[in-house]
Amino acid sequence: MVNNDVRTPCCGVKNHPQFTKLDAYIDTLQIDPEDPHRKETLIATLHQAQEIFGYLPEAVQIHIARRYNIPHADVSGVISFYNFFTTTPKGEVQINVCLGTACYVNGADRVLQDFEKALGIQAGKVSEDGRFSLDSLRCVGACGLAPVVTINQKVYGKVKPGEAREILEKYIVEEGSKGREVTHEQN
Amino acid sequence: MNKIETPTQLMELYDQYKSLLSARLGTEITDETLVILVCGGTGCQSSESERIVENFKQLIAAHGLDGRVHVSITGCFGFCEKGPIVKVFPGNVFYVQVKPEDASEIFEQHILQGKKVGRLLYEEPTTNTKSETADDIPFYKRQLRVALRNCGLINPEKIEEYLGAGGYQALSRVLLSMTPQQVIEEMKKSGLRGRGGAGFLTGKKWEFASRFESEEKYVICNADEGDPGAFMDRSIMEGDSHSVIEGMIIAGYAIGAHQGYIYIRAEYPLAVKRLQIALSQARKYGFLGENILGSGFSFDIQIRLGAGAFVCGEETALIHSLQGLRGEPTTKPPFPAESGLWGKPTVVNNVETLANVPVIFQKGADWFRSLGTETSKGTKVFALAGKVANVGLVEVPMGTTLREIIYDIGGGIKDGAEFKAAQTGGPSGGCIPRAFLDTPIDYESLSAIGSMMGSGGMIIMSDRDCMVNIARFYLEFTVEESCGRCTPCRIGNKRMLEILTDITEGRGSEEDLVELQALAETIVDSSLCGLGQTAPNPVLSTMKYFMDEYEAHVKEKRCPAGVCQKLLHYIILPEKCIGCTSCSRGCPVGAITGSVKQVHTIDESKCIKCGVCMNRCKFGAIIRQ
Repeated sequence: MVNNDVRTPCCGVKNHPQFTKLDAYIDTLQIDPEDPHRKETLIATLHQAQEIFGYLPEAVQIHIARRYNIPHADVSGVISFYNFFTTTPKGEVQINVCLGTACYVNGADRVLQDFEKALGIQAGKVSEDGRFSLDSLRCVGACGLAPVVTINQKVYGKVKPGEAREILEKYIVEEGSKGREVTHEQN
Repeated sequence: MNKIETPTQLMELYDQYKSLLSARLGTEITDETLVILVCGGTGCQSSESERIVENFKQLIAAHGLDGRVHVSITGCFGFCEKGPIVKVFPGNVFYVQVKPEDASEIFEQHILQGKKVGRLLYEEPTTNTKSETADDIPFYKRQLRVALRNCGLINPEKIEEYLGAGGYQALSRVLLSMTPQQVIEEMKKSGLRGRGGAGFLTGKKWEFASRFESEEKYVICNADEGDPGAFMDRSIMEGDSHSVIEGMIIAGYAIGAHQGYIYIRAEYPLAVKRLQIALSQARKYGFLGENILGSGFSFDIQIRLGAGAFVCGEETALIHSLQGLRGEPTTKPPFPAESGLWGKPTVVNNVETLANVPVIFQKGADWFRSLGTETSKGTKVFALAGKVANVGLVEVPMGTTLREIIYDIGGGIKDGAEFKAAQTGGPSGGCIPRAFLDTPIDYESLSAIGSMMGSGGMIIMSDRDCMVNIARFYLEFTVEESCGRCTPCRIGNKRMLEILTDITEGRGSEEDLVELQALAETIVDSSLCGLGQTAPNPVLSTMKYFMDEYEAHVKEKRCPAGVCQKLLHYIILPEKCIGCTSCSRGCPVGAITGSVKQVHTIDESKCIKCGVCMNRCKFGAIIRQ
């Protein structure tokens, strides 16, 4: 089922605004479907796509594969290899506990447990209402602030076990006015 | 600004811009202007240093002092423990832990009235004396900043300041007065070795790549700093992007490449942004592109993002990732110098290595050789973190001892604890015990004691850290990051992790220790790439120096440092318990019984060792053993 016209978006998503945005990005790359080096921009495109869609579902993977004129397996193989890419959606509030060495020796594992308990979810999971997701990451490079927790773009430093509840408070309160706090934090 | 086409034009710009920095360098005191520098490294930015800059800007504008007082963001000052940091020139006054709202106090007292704000000056903890200038601070006294020469001095987003600091003059000298062969000879003579970990002679690497005939060759900057707890490369890229770019162009000229790539972690958005700014400025000024400085040599650089895979720090894996593939390593030879990106000769150099290159051509190979030890020349940047009092970025000449780094610069161990070990080299390195505190650090001495230089992460551990648990922590990391291509690394490390988990959870036996040792040695011998070959190092080095801790775990089911939760026992001291019921109300599993005003007891069979009871007890009646 090779689609010879790599410009045709797949699966009836032609006018979907997110796909339009992704296509606009891919257009700027001017991919030559025969160029043996064309995959060199694939990882950058996947970064873009994940930023647009929040994650990389199969429809997006297939779309990207067609635009690059490469098998879907190549795209999915790259996605599964790199930690940064996810095929499942994350929460609106993304909590990351740094488990880099500097944070770890300063008690980051107990901070993570504290967040797991406060949110009622395990690391790597999303809360049932889709509002929170909890993950660990390796070193944000702010080791002077260890242990570090990032919530969306905001960095919380020198976090102690037992403080999770307090830190999460304002994100829980915001539940009614969905996401407003998040946008504010990014500014 | 027009393109610079001759070295004379470059020198004219240098003369024009050097005064930008003279106040900061103390070479020329101008009464007219005051300069406020605010650290814009990741740590300080996380603590809202950008708002400090904004507040200063508003104050300057409100007082109509626009021409007289300059405020600028700069790269990392290195003293992350005390961030955010603000420096005021002239005087090199060093303010620590500045909050956005402190800007007005600094402005009104220092800028308007010329009086230092004592409250925000650095206080030496042992003597309680305030440091009037940055030069008085012990953290900086022992350091020698070569790779970090411009970090915290220039605004990384302004090429004018880099030019004012002598930037691109090395490139000009190389392109217009040296042959590629002379460049390689100079590099070899300098003795600069790769700062990414393995320590291969940079000049030799360039020489190999230059010998292979090919129309296309590539220079790759390895900025995939994956070692958790290391942030040297990030700070260089954020604080002095142009020095890395200049180093890459020189490397390109030496080997005959016209295209360079910077492969950088996606986790470093600020570094990516600063590099992008620097690249476009360098193109505008003609340091990148066609016919650089009228020399006839052309070179350009592109940025490529990684996507979170530790193994991509290995050069063959990195090259695969650059090609849009899974970042799996391949066996060497062929080395990238012969067959790298797209099968063409390629040089892969680390960020810190490249940042050293321009200085070598500015000050000469002999000067560089004069620093360091017999086998390891120059300086090394370490990211000092963990249980040390002064967490931060430290650059010292090779041959400096651990004791000097930890005690003289790092201020000793935090919270009055005792030093136990220093971990260098990240997941590939080892733990260095107290006995080697006075070993001069260089590539050879570190590998002789079972660790390695690595990229420069240095995590300090105290008597409150369990070495078995630390080994398990690193193994967990390598198991997660193993790409799965070869069996020893994929399965062997997983087995080691299982054994270590058993030991830390009280299920370990003495036979396990024998097996652990054998497995570790096999994995070192038989893995495909550097990741697998070095993954057992944290286990081997801790077994070598801290066997007593392993034995306590397996024989006595005891964790001497009191870290491994499953081996802990919580006990209520009857003489201190007043029966307030706070502990039993807090216990998540109902393991504590006792009524009001009666001594409580913990049921060991139910206890999950979470420590909540101990935190809740206000009378110190609960202890952990």
